[in-house]
Amino acid sequence: MFGKLTLSAIPYTNPIVMGAVAFMVIGALVVLGTITFLGKWKYLWSEWLTSVDHKKIGIMYLILAAIMLLRGFADAIMMRSQQALAYGSNMGYLPPEHFDQVFSAHGTIMIFFMAMPFIIGLMNCVLPLQIGARDVAFPLMNNLSFWLTAAGAVLVNISLAIGNFSRAGWLGFAPLSELHYSPGVGVDYWIWALQISGIGTTLTGVNFIATILKMRAPGMTLMRMPVFVWATLCTSVLIVAAFPLLTVTLALLTMDRYLGMHFFTNSLGGDPMMYINLIWIWGHPEVYILMLPLFGVYSEIVPTFSGKRLFGYASMVYATMAIALLSLIVWLHHFFTMGNGAAVNTFFGITTMIISVPTGVKIFNWLLTMYRGRVRLETPMLWTIGFLITFTLGGMSGVLLAEPPADFVLHNSLFLVAHFHNVIIGGVVFGVFAGLSYWAPKIFGFPLNERIGRWAFWCWFIGFYVAFMPLYALGLMGATRRMDHYDVAAWHPLFIVAAIGAAIIFLGIGLQVVQVIVSIRQRERTRDLTGDPWNGRTLEWSVPSPAPAYNFARIPVVRDRDAFWDMKQRGVDLKASTFVPIHMPRNKAAGVIIGGFSFVIAFAMVWHIWWLATAGLAAVIVTLIRHAFDEDRDYHLGAEEVRRVEGLHGRVEARS
Amino acid sequence: MNRSARAWLARFCRLLPLPATLLLGGCHWALLDPKGPIGMDERWIIETAAGLMLVVVVPVIVLSIVIPWRYRASNTRAEYQPEWSHSNRIEAVMWSIPIAIVAVLGVICWRTSHQLDPFRPIRSTQKPIHIDAVALDWKWLFIYPDQHVATVNEVAMPVGVPVVFHITSATVMNSFFIPRLGSQIYAMANMETADNLVASVPGTYRGISANFNGDGFSGMTFKVEAMPKEGFNQWLAKAATAGQALDAGAYRSLEKPSENVPVSYYSHVVPGLFRQIVEGRFARGHLMADAAAGAAGRD
Repeated sequence: MFGKLTLSAIPYTNPIVMGAVAFMVIGALVVLGTITFLGKWKYLWSEWLTSVDHKKIGIMYLILAAIMLLRGFADAIMMRSQQALAYGSNMGYLPPEHFDQVFSAHGTIMIFFMAMPFIIGLMNCVLPLQIGARDVAFPLMNNLSFWLTAAGAVLVNISLAIGNFSRAGWLGFAPLSELHYSPGVGVDYWIWALQISGIGTTLTGVNFIATILKMRAPGMTLMRMPVFVWATLCTSVLIVAAFPLLTVTLALLTMDRYLGMHFFTNSLGGDPMMYINLIWIWGHPEVYILMLPLFGVYSEIVPTFSGKRLFGYASMVYATMAIALLSLIVWLHHFFTMGNGAAVNTFFGITTMIISVPTGVKIFNWLLTMYRGRVRLETPMLWTIGFLITFTLGGMSGVLLAEPPADFVLHNSLFLVAHFHNVIIGGVVFGVFAGLSYWAPKIFGFPLNERIGRWAFWCWFIGFYVAFMPLYALGLMGATRRMDHYDVAAWHPLFIVAAIGAAIIFLGIGLQVVQVIVSIRQRERTRDLTGDPWNGRTLEWSVPSPAPAYNFARIPVVRDRDAFWDMKQRGVDLKASTFVPIHMPRNKAAGVIIGGFSFVIAFAMVWHIWWLATAGLAAVIVTLIRHAFDEDRDYHLGAEEVRRVEGLHGRVEARS
Repeated sequence: MNRSARAWLARFCRLLPLPATLLLGGCHWALLDPKGPIGMDERWIIETAAGLMLVVVVPVIVLSIVIPWRYRASNTRAEYQPEWSHSNRIEAVMWSIPIAIVAVLGVICWRTSHQLDPFRPIRSTQKPIHIDAVALDWKWLFIYPDQHVATVNEVAMPVGVPVVFHITSATVMNSFFIPRLGSQIYAMANMETADNLVASVPGTYRGISANFNGDGFSGMTFKVEAMPKEGFNQWLAKAATAGQALDAGAYRSLEKPSENVPVSYYSHVVPGLFRQIVEGRFARGHLMADAAAGAAGRD
């Protein structure tokens, strides 16, 4: 009846796990209880969970990402403290089978359920506004994408309470992830979490490509698009090119594990090297799927806070495209040590180094944008400068690793761990926080507290160096990654320093939580009434904050790259006297229902509950068919209603 | 400041020279203080590439601080050109600096990838010795095919003599790595890779698996004894007196998963054992596994 699922799947003998589970359950109960107490279920369902408004979906992505950041960071703290303790006779507090789950969960959560949702959340909140559109091309599909991602995130976290998570690392290298070496449900949880969230991400890519290519405001030619839009376009193309590969690779591994096939096993002609190739052919573009949008974010922040046009726009665009293209032909640098032969290694080593050319150009562009500008050093800019310094170092260690013979001694070492945290924290995480503090007034209608934001920045910035410089050193001392214990005396102090660094970052995250709370409490005082708090240059700042459901009462006409800056220069009046009805998509429950049933399918597949998986699949199909016959999908927002909303923001001219 | 705070501060100050000690005490830096020519060459690449890139990286980092400070909004005396956004000359320089550096690094990449290919035999007047290495769950088996001895988690090698490691795995992917000597390479089931290394300084070095392989990963270390020729011969003689033989049966029991395995020796190894492991004769599910169990040594 319940497949492999029995009561013994709940690890109630493990105090650490049960503590975390209790924390999660209590947290969930408090949230659900509060909603019930306030009687907000109907509001939540009709205004948020079923919403097709890109801005609300964006906010839901941001909330998911923030929660997952806390979960993933808890894993990080556990790893750092274990390695600070587990030297010599001290085995630390995490046995290998637990430690291995912790680092696998940390990587999976941070990449798929923290970084990706943060980035897609920012894209959702900002991109349609930047191109002068009223929504994305497929609003309901956007809602579905979110719920598939959320279903994957829930599945990963459920694995803590029921069964266990994968011990095979965040990429589940075969043959370790095959049934013979990983017989439990851990790898299955990992597979299905990635599978459903991966489909959500693919749909997002399709959605944004269509949105950018078909829905730009009149006058916004390709070479007038803001760089963030370019970055999103290139990222979306990469998503559509690479994510199906992840889906197929995981499907093959699934067939090995569920149907006794031998694509990647050690026996009967299986080829684990093929798995490593396939997963990295997706995995390396994924790195740039994470990075490119943040390059876009920095390219928006630097000109705004320098009061100056972006230097070398065309260079920036071509560099972005070059990086996107090159990212598809460098995957082999993740395994120079597989014995590929010198010619193959050289090819991939050089293509990897070439990526540093367009990346270097971007850094020069940002520096030259600040040059002869009027730089306002507010939090978005602090994060950006922190990024420039940190990412440059990370790029350098990356090019170093691209030399195959250097990689022969640095591969899989803590030097590598330091390198990719150097670019992911210094590039992606700093970028997300820069973008959040920049666009917060537009997204929420009020800014994030500046002073606490600065403290948080310094904690993150200093904490990063304290936590990861020791890892560079440890790598040069021959320390490899993923050790739950070691016996080299010289490493011990460095691991302790790294743990202190993690504690400093923890302080930064704590300050960010305080920052959000304080900002919400001060919102009446700090509300952004102008819609343009930073003296912005792009169209999102031309609408009120937060943007009304329809975004633009009147679709703007674009005449310049810095469209809104140009409008301000020309003195275009944002007020209007006549309004027309606006065609709007209606909120639909199909997305959240399909997301929910996808979770059911995935959970049932993990535990081999075949009837439930079949029922879940049938439910998804029925939902799709029902939606196909649902003709009540849109409505017109009346001109008077538009006038009323615009009036609230003082954007109505008295009728002459 | 109260007393406990002062005591804490004093303790903290005592810790301050710690990083300096660590930085200067070169003996811990396995990769920067290698004990063989392969490792030396790889250190040269790390240092050269890092040095070359620092030429750009340091100025960029300095400019990332200086430019925003110089052109901060409160400094109204600084020049302000809000519309200036393009210069062909600057862009040409901007693209050519990284291209030039990458060109140099690319040449280094091509040359050293070929020179330091782990499969490439080391040129030497000495006749190389061959050692077969097998990654097991979770220990290393070393077979000396010409001397017919075998060890677990310890490998001895004569100083100055090139060693050809023939590497395979009887389990998941592993990576054979002796940080002090240089290049690592994957150990993979049904496959044979090679690693050509040589030690130029006698000593005991740390060997590891540098690819995560499951619960026993951290304990899967081995001892590398680089010793003068006479010492090596004595070591071989000692191993030859170990008494136990490594045949198919002994291999099967050794192959069973175990963690933190102590060093042990085998005085006699059935010929062809390594080849059979590479061919997967012992693997579960292999069609010939059972037949091979009784016929080890047939080829």
